[in-house]
Amino acid sequence: MANIRGAAVKYDSVQKSYDGESLVVKNLNLDIPPGEFLTMLGPSGSGKTTCLMMLAGFEPATHGEIYLNDRPINNVPPHKRGIGMVFQNYALFPHMSVAENLAFPLQVRNVSKAEQAEKVQRALDMVELGAFGNRRPAQLSGGQQQRVAVARALVFDPELVLMDEPLGALDKQLREQMQYEIKHIHENLGVTVVYVTHDQTEALTMSDRVAVFNDGVIQQLSTPDDLYEDPQNSFVAQFIGENNKLSGKVVGIDGEECLVELDDGTQLKADKVNVSAVGDRTTLSLRPERVEFDTNDSMDNLVNGRIEELIYLGDHIRVRMNVAGNDEFIVKVRNRGERRKLHVGETVQVGWAFNDCKALDAVA
Amino acid sequence: MSDTTDGQVLTTQDGKPLKAALRRALRREKLRAFLLIAPLLIFVLVTFVAPIVDMLFRSVENGIVADTLPNTVIELSKWDPASGEVPDEVVFAALYNDMVVAVDQKTHTRLGSRLNYEQSGISSLFRKTGRRIKRMDEDGPFKDQFIGADKKWGDVATWQVLQQFSPRYTDGYFLNAFDAKRGPDGIEMKPDDQQIYMFLFGRTLFLSIVITLSCLLLGYPIAFLLAALPLRTSNLLMILVLLPFWTSLLVRTSAWKVLLQQQGVINDFLVWTRLIDDAGRLVMINNQTGTIIAMTHILLPFMILPLYSVMKTISPSYVRAAKSLGANDWTAFWRVYFPQSVPGIGAGAVLVFILSIGYYITPELVGGTSGIFISNRIAYHISSSLNWGLAASLGTLLLVAVLVLFVVYDKIVGIDNVKLG
Repeated sequence: MANIRGAAVKYDSVQKSYDGESLVVKNLNLDIPPGEFLTMLGPSGSGKTTCLMMLAGFEPATHGEIYLNDRPINNVPPHKRGIGMVFQNYALFPHMSVAENLAFPLQVRNVSKAEQAEKVQRALDMVELGAFGNRRPAQLSGGQQQRVAVARALVFDPELVLMDEPLGALDKQLREQMQYEIKHIHENLGVTVVYVTHDQTEALTMSDRVAVFNDGVIQQLSTPDDLYEDPQNSFVAQFIGENNKLSGKVVGIDGEECLVELDDGTQLKADKVNVSAVGDRTTLSLRPERVEFDTNDSMDNLVNGRIEELIYLGDHIRVRMNVAGNDEFIVKVRNRGERRKLHVGETVQVGWAFNDCKALDAVA
Repeated sequence: MSDTTDGQVLTTQDGKPLKAALRRALRREKLRAFLLIAPLLIFVLVTFVAPIVDMLFRSVENGIVADTLPNTVIELSKWDPASGEVPDEVVFAALYNDMVVAVDQKTHTRLGSRLNYEQSGISSLFRKTGRRIKRMDEDGPFKDQFIGADKKWGDVATWQVLQQFSPRYTDGYFLNAFDAKRGPDGIEMKPDDQQIYMFLFGRTLFLSIVITLSCLLLGYPIAFLLAALPLRTSNLLMILVLLPFWTSLLVRTSAWKVLLQQQGVINDFLVWTRLIDDAGRLVMINNQTGTIIAMTHILLPFMILPLYSVMKTISPSYVRAAKSLGANDWTAFWRVYFPQSVPGIGAGAVLVFILSIGYYITPELVGGTSGIFISNRIAYHISSSLNWGLAASLGTLLLVAVLVLFVVYDKIVGIDNVKLG
């Protein structure tokens, strides 16, 4: 990030309720440093979009204060906040051409005509749509409309840009391409971006940090790799990436390591993350790609399991197994070309290291 | 891609042209569709289109002179109306023969009342002559006998009218509708005190525009509110908007009479609150004000409904986007929301305008003399003066005016810019 010119955002014990009976956002505290790309990730109804709308000024906070560059903005109307926003369905004005759409924020700011033209052209070039200024939004493809929406949110040089599930309407391939483009634009401009999505891949690809929302609360706020490697609770472990759940009870603790007895009696060593004492119920979380078929005696955990199903996926093979009474146990085997023969119905030994297996809070 | 790339016609496997094969495949579908609409089509043709075409045809149809006085018409065609002299004996002899037949069939009075539209007094001339015809000498000379029966037969003007309306088709009704007439020197305007129809057309257009504008001013905020509210609330309000539709038009108009008249509710209230004194009661009915108020009320739903259905499709994210881009409330509305609601304004305005330009009952009941429309005059000629030809020509003009306005609207706004939902 060469030139950081982003704004700092701070949510200070923000609460939001629509009906006065239940809280959609429960006591949100969040600091976003200048130039960060922060993603609010969560299932629908988790409060992430409400947080974004409060920042944009379209929803008032029921309690608490939001600061933009240390300035409280609760009583600043949306059009005076100077925040660029990309909407879910782009919200490009259909009765204006692409260039007019981009010129709109400049016109309402009384920018001179010559400067308008220059900035519009620069913004269009940035999203590689330099020749499309005279088209109507309806004449563009979904991906092009998306880029125009991004360009429009950036053309008036805001310090903060909000994006509300901007890629939801695009097909998979285009979505991936746009993820990189948005990421690169962010890196080049150095603006602060707050991005809302329910797509974890999007969040992991683009973000500096991800705030995982559920039930109106931030469950975990970390960098993408931390979220994946060190989920702090079962919700995050399940929401980010694929995950095998094994439930059991803590029977021993040794520093960072703990011993868990599963419901069928199998004992496993696990990384003590979210359990406190012997006797706690816990859910073990284990990534499918960390389970090995090439076992050796030095592995922390060795278990026998029956192969239930094999799914060939090209770069890897998904093996569904019955391990310790859980017949949804998934193992991903990288396709190395050696064609190791696995057969449905076979009972084989699998193993993994203790710190790949996280002992988290129990889920019902 | 064209079907004649390289000049070759695409064919099916067995060599038949592809287009013909496609047509045959679709023929059953088309026939089915046609059969589905056939009952309505026949109904409309028989009960609506045919009578209207017949009615419009009456605006130029004028066979009555040639049918009643066939010989006279032939002989009269040789007479020079500019000569200043009454036609000669040959014409009067023909007139006698025709009149004998006409009196026998009792058609001469109808001809008299028809020609009376063009020049008053001809009706009584024909009735009087009809009574005297039996007493005339069969061997002539007829000229003196006719002039003796009624001096008008010696009047050149009578014969001019008779000759002018001899052809089977006439522009006389249309000239009348344009407040013009055919004088000795060609077409000329009627004297100022007899001109009425152009003025009435003008007033009808003017009042319709005023009514359309007031419907728009009142309806736009309501439609805006309806579109912005949650569905449950907006449905309730929508019922209130539609409530007038459930009440008879006559009842609603009569209600306005009760409200607006000088001893009516509104005036009484204003006098009671001392805003006006008893002598200064407002005249709000039996004039243009009454027509505008009552018709605005009656036509308002026709403005609100298309506006609402268009506004409903305008996503609130557009206004939000405009605001996030720095536009204040007014700019966001005027630059972003309003342009997108224009198709609704177009649809509503066209609907209200066309309904009001042909409106009849309400102006009749609350319009007095200064608030009536051209349609009231048409109704008068249909049912009271029985001058159907003039009524038909006025109706044709009204129809043409609406079509012209439609074309103008299409040129300016674009007919595809009209959306009903």
